Amino acid sequence: MQKGGFNFDLYQRNVELIEKNNYKVPKTTKTGTTIVGVVFSDGVVLGADTRATSGPIVADPNCEKIHKISDYIWCAGAGTAADTENTTGMISLQLELLSLSTGRSPRVRTALTLLKNFLFRYHGYISAALVLGGVDFTGPHLHMIHPHGSTSTLPYISMGSGSLAAMAVLETGYNSKMGEEDAKSLVHQAILSGILNDLGSGGNVDLCVIKHKSMEFFRNVDTTNSKRKFRKKLPYMFKSGSTKILEKEIEEKMRKMEIVNEKENAIEELEEL
Amino acid sequence: METYLGEKQQASQWSPYINNGGSCLAVAGEDFAVIASDTRMSLGYSIKTRYSTKYLKITEKCSIVSSGMQADIFTLHKVLKSRAQIYEQKHGKPMSTDAVAKLVSRLLYYRRFFPYYTFNIVAGIDDEGVGCVFSYDAIGTLERVKYSASGSGSSLIEPVLDNQVALKNRNDIKKEDYKLTKENAIDLVKDAITSAGERDIYTGDFVEISIIDINGTHEDKFELRFD
Repeated sequence: MQKGGFNFDLYQRNVELIEKNNYKVPKTTKTGTTIVGVVFSDGVVLGADTRATSGPIVADPNCEKIHKISDYIWCAGAGTAADTENTTGMISLQLELLSLSTGRSPRVRTALTLLKNFLFRYHGYISAALVLGGVDFTGPHLHMIHPHGSTSTLPYISMGSGSLAAMAVLETGYNSKMGEEDAKSLVHQAILSGILNDLGSGGNVDLCVIKHKSMEFFRNVDTTNSKRKFRKKLPYMFKSGSTKILEKEIEEKMRKMEIVNEKENAIEELEEL
Repeated sequence: METYLGEKQQASQWSPYINNGGSCLAVAGEDFAVIASDTRMSLGYSIKTRYSTKYLKITEKCSIVSSGMQADIFTLHKVLKSRAQIYEQKHGKPMSTDAVAKLVSRLLYYRRFFPYYTFNIVAGIDDEGVGCVFSYDAIGTLERVKYSASGSGSSLIEPVLDNQVALKNRNDIKKEDYKLTKENAIDLVKDAITSAGERDIYTGDFVEISIIDINGTHEDKFELRFD
């Protein structure tokens, strides 16, 4: 287990690989992204878009960016997809073990500390920008975590390439006395703003509403932007043989069934079960 | 200045060029041509405008679409339009498609040492009434082809056209038995650019599509995704 501080074990190896072995640093899938979190009277609402990009190409038009840390603590992630998934997965694991060993339900601030300490150790090279929200026994909490490990606690947050578009909506619409429906609608509009105005964000809107001992996940709550508008009437037809057949081998799938034992009232017996 | 990964970072130099994204394509049939382009103008991760035309009708029998830098597209189209007008007024007849194609090539090569950042496709009907498509690089290399795609979505569109128009990598249909009808070509072009809009972030919003045949040019517009 890592004791603490910076871990630069692989620095020398990386430099050598690039200089001597002509190693090409692989392109990472970033999530582009608009992610948002808002605190309301009874809890928090998290929102995210669903587009994952690899450069200018959409790698996944409908991915899930809201990750579970524990039952009532969820985390939306922007940045490199592998980094957000693995970081949240690891901290979720550590939090579960911790809550089992302490015998207490997990707190949002614990997840926050675990995440920020982990990211700080990697000096910003783990490109995960997170919006952590949840309700524990001390109440609702919402935090933002930057890749370098700094955190902020705020009533409303937006991150990712679409954060400016989303923040414009949040700043206009937020008030501290919002109820659940208002908060959901505000988050929805903020994510939509990111989807429409930012090229790195797109697809559908995902929402997650967390209240005391209650979590509702609305996957793809708004799909109006992701419908294909034109499809040609005649489908693309490729007759058998359009790709050259080199070898043909036919395997029999159906095996003959042998009746070993026949029972008279077998069907009635099954129905009784 | 070296970063930890060993990359050498130079002070970033000013460049006169930017890429505003977008995709264009054209398909030629026996007696018609279909030409289309999207209308989204982007800069980085932002959308500057959802409608900025990349299409220009030069004559009733010939049109051009261009992708690349909007400023150069605008200027090239402006110059091309006025040159076509001058020709028509001098010779008493509109330019033939072959003449337009050559003119575009010359205009581009004129700027050999400070090129127009444009990737053009000219399409139309030639003097014999046969559909034609001409594709160019930034400095005016001219090639007559049956179909072409350019722009940010070109690598998504070109393979579809290779398979469906040129029948590449297909052993089920013989070229002699296959005829591309106007309706199929229009549907294919619309489908191809819609698919590019699904996976390319710089292609979207609206498409201007134009069908050129012996009766003239018919222009149309349809929507793509806005996200």
